[in-house]
Formats: sequence, C-alpha cells, structure tokens
Amino acid sequence: MSTTIPPVPSSLPDKPSAQTSWRRKLNKLVQPLVLLAPAGLWLLVLLVLPTLLIFELSLIPGFRLGQPADGYGIGNYLEIFRPGNPYLQVIGRSLFFAVGSTLLTLLLGFPVAYWIAVMAPARWRNLLLVGFVLPLWTSSLLRAYAWITILRPTGLLNSILGAIGIPGQDWLNRSPAVFIGMAYSFLPYMVLILYASLEKLDKRLLEAASDLGANPRQAFWKVTVPQTLPGIAAGGLLVFIASLGDFVVPELLGGASSMTISRFIFNQFLGATRNWGLGSSLSMILIFAVSVSIALLIKYGDRDAV
Amino acid sequence: MNDSIELSHSVLLVEEDPVPQPSKAKPQFSWQMLFSVLMYGFMYFPILVLAFYSFNASRFSANWGGFSLRWYSSLLNDGRILSALGDSLTVALVAVVISAVLGTMMAVGLAKFRFPGKGLYRGVSYLPLIIPDIAIAVATLVFLVSVAIPLSIWTITAAHIVFCLAYIAVVVSTRLSGLNPFLEEAALDLGASPIQAFLKVLLPELMPAVLSGCLLAFVLSMDDLLIASFTAGGGANTLPMEIFSRVRTGVKPDINALSVILILASGVLAFASEYIRFKSTQRKLQG
Repeated sequence: MSTTIPPVPSSLPDKPSAQTSWRRKLNKLVQPLVLLAPAGLWLLVLLVLPTLLIFELSLIPGFRLGQPADGYGIGNYLEIFRPGNPYLQVIGRSLFFAVGSTLLTLLLGFPVAYWIAVMAPARWRNLLLVGFVLPLWTSSLLRAYAWITILRPTGLLNSILGAIGIPGQDWLNRSPAVFIGMAYSFLPYMVLILYASLEKLDKRLLEAASDLGANPRQAFWKVTVPQTLPGIAAGGLLVFIASLGDFVVPELLGGASSMTISRFIFNQFLGATRNWGLGSSLSMILIFAVSVSIALLIKYGDRDAV
Repeated sequence: MNDSIELSHSVLLVEEDPVPQPSKAKPQFSWQMLFSVLMYGFMYFPILVLAFYSFNASRFSANWGGFSLRWYSSLLNDGRILSALGDSLTVALVAVVISAVLGTMMAVGLAKFRFPGKGLYRGVSYLPLIIPDIAIAVATLVFLVSVAIPLSIWTITAAHIVFCLAYIAVVVSTRLSGLNPFLEEAALDLGASPIQAFLKVLLPELMPAVLSGCLLAFVLSMDDLLIASFTAGGGANTLPMEIFSRVRTGVKPDINALSVILILASGVLAFASEYIRFKSTQRKLQG
C-alpha cells in the first residue's frame, strides 16, 4: 500500500514557498470575514439598527407617523411613570402575570421533572421527557385558542360543571384564564430545564442524608433544592421573560381587563392609538426588564441548562 | 396502563439482579407519579378537545351534533386559509434555507476564529432569542418605514431570517463544541483547500445539527404572529395572522379542523427532529 504514495509530494507543508504562506495569511483574514460578515450584517441591519432606532424614537415625545416631531426629550418616559396614567398599571399587571406564571410553572413543573429525572425507570426517561415537551411543537396561537374552547361560557368546563350541578361561570377574560394559558404555554420549558438540572443530581447525597437520619422532606429541602437551585433560577427566569413579553395568551384569554405591556405596544402601532413614540419607549422598558433578568441569569443561573 | 408494564419490567430486572440496588428507582406508586400523570393530561387535554370538536357537526361546540367532516371540507374550500398557508410556507422555507447557510457559517466562524469584538458579536447573535417578539416586531417596522422599504411578504422573510439564523447558529454551535477539532486540521494538512475541508469534513459532521436547527426555525417561523403582523403590510397574510384575526372574535369550528391538521403536521416534524437527534447520538456513540 505504501508504495502507491508518491515519494516526494510536491506541496509538502514543511517547505512553504513565499506564495503559499502569503495565501495562508490572506486566508486567515478572508475566512472569518466570509463566514461571519453575512450573518453579522443581517443582524446589524435588521436587529441592532432597528433597536437603536426605536431607542431614538422613544426619545421623541408623542411621535406619530406623518406628524412633525417636537424634538428630543424624555417626555414619553415621564408620561409612562406619571402616577395618574394607566401605563404603570399595565407594566405592573405584566409583572404580576409573569411572576405568577413563573411560580405556577415551578410549582407544577418541579414534581414532574423530579419524577421523570429521579423516580421513573431510566430507560423511559427520554421518552417521558420528549412526550411532555411535544406540545411545544404545535402553534402557540392554537394552544391558547384551545383554552377558549374550554373556558368560554358555553365551553367544556361549564358543561362538565353543569353536569355535576355546579353553576357555570365565565372563566374567560379574567386573570385566572391568563395564568392557566401561560402556565400551559411555558410549563414544558420549565420541565425541560429542571430535568437537565435534576438529572445531574447526585443521588448518593440523598442516600447519605437519609442514612444520617434526615426524613425525605428534610432531604428534599436541604439536599435536592440547593443542588438544583441554578436550574430553578434558569427555568424561572426563562419563563419569566417569555411570559413578560407574551402577547397571544393575554390577548386571546385575558380580555379587556388584562391589558399587558405587549398588548399595549401592539395597540400603539397596529391598533387605534398609533403613538409610536410612546410605544417605542414601552418597548425599550420591556427590553430593559428582559436584559436585567438575563444579567441575573448569567450571574446566578445554571449556564449549562440554558 | 403503561405504568403497570413498567412495573412488571423492573420487577423482573430486580429479581434477575443478584445485588439488590435500593437506590435504583423502582416505579413505585407515588404522589409524584400521580401528579405527573395529571400534568401529562393537562398538556394533552386541550389538544384532544380541539380534535374532538373538529368532528362535531354542530356549529356550537357546546352540544354534540354528531360526527361530521364538514369543517375539514369547508377548510379545503377556504381560499383565504389556503393562500395564508401558501404565504406562511413561502416565508418559512425561504427564511430557513437562507438562515441555514448564514447561521451555520456564523456558528463555524465563531467556533474557529478569535477577533476583537467577538464577545459583542456573540452577544448580538443571542439577542433574537432573548428580546421579546413584540420589541423585535416594533423595531423592524420602524426601521422599514424609516428607510421607506415597502412592506411585503419579503420583508416578513427578511425579519424571520433574523431569529431563524440565531436559533440555527445556537443548535450548530452546540454540536460544534462536541466535535473533534483536529479532523479539519488533518484535512488541511493532507492538502485539502479550506473550502474542501469545510465541505467534505466539517459539514457532514454538522449536518444533523443543521437539520434539527432548520426544523426548529421552520416551526418558529410558521408559529410567528407578531413579527409577521408588523412587517406584512397589506399584501401578505400568513397563517397565524389569518387564524388570529378569526379566533379573536370567538370559536370557529373550521379553525378546530385546521388545528388538528397543523398539530398532526407538527407531530411529524417533532418525530423527524427526534429521529435526527437519535441518529446523531447513535453515530456519536459508535464513532
């Protein structure tokens, strides 16, 4: 076999001519440019520049399309934070929904993730996990819509309640409907991240705890929870961010009483009010809130799990 | 029912095992299991409800009017839905193909090279995953209006490429970090040109990740309501926009039928994605 190899290959790398070394240097410069410039330019033009642009717009009080601008100022932000205006309430409600659904998904998701990662037979774990997050593949719009069918006055829930003699209510267009919808939308994310964290849990520590006389409850709070705290933080912040910016669930299930920040922004641009300056400053506040959460996540969270 | 099968399996296993292993989880009946079963029910119940009512002959889903396929046939004759589906598929396919190229190149470039500003570049590449859709949508609209680009199906596509390429890059990066970095170097040392080394050595290794990234990006593009609504203008109408404008005013039985079709389609995509992942982990184990 070795005889088929030509004895002296013409371009051995240990004798680089001046031309090839020059070419290699050029390659070193051109390669990163070729690989990174197209995507970088795309992101620059269609993400970074637009974000800077709405930052600029947020500094033009009361900017409306086609009307002369009044010059720069922080009037939009002052307007948002003026106590008499409804905007603070909108922001507060968004935070309320986001915090509430984060806690709800944590409460509902932890036992599921724990059961799959720790208690279920090892060979079923992957299948069980995939089965749980499968609904994420379907349209989020349709998953919210499904709850309309269930929760509306003539919906399934009231039919069931009526059959056992409990008078029906209008469950839609109220906060509980938003919490149900958000928990339903984001529970799979929470379970996915908690699972990644719980799977790494050293079960010998639990045994050690029980050998040393801890009851299961103590072992859970003193061993399992501290060990999975980074995962809890990561999952919590992910759900928090997703529900803070969510539009579909509060819009479809929340009704007029559940005006959130993303619905409000939507109305400023595509709805009746059309105050682009105000909408831009609310968008900047939303981006700021999300950035703070991400900074917290990077500082305290489990980076492997994200 | 599954649980009893699991139980009998593990009982067999434990009996065959000479050394008793108390720490190995036996699927005992526990409140966690009961709760998990309930949560699986919670995840699938709404989908089943949609499917159930899509076969209801009655327009009012409160009462059962008998089995019927009328909503499916009315769906197939619904020109608006079909053209919206066409728009959505056009946007998603074009955006995914372009993003696959750009996103893969970006992931490879970020893995291979050090340069000033790399941290910033990487940070920007994560932004589409982090910034809420509504903010991206608003920003893109403001930008397009300020540079006077008329809104159309192609502005939706351009905006979708932003998040599609970011997701594909993340998936590909994960795979890249698990690869043997010397393979490509070996190819270069053996006389392959950088392009040959990339196409013949690196790309085949990355293909499973590129494909599953594409599937994810496709699903996200087909699912997007906000960015499409803001960048569509009057000319284009994607499927989520059409669905949204209809369900806003209440329950529509033909949307139930559409849901079932879309859920089945996404089930196929999910299966494809899991299959790709399964195959690639198998290859990793063998290699």
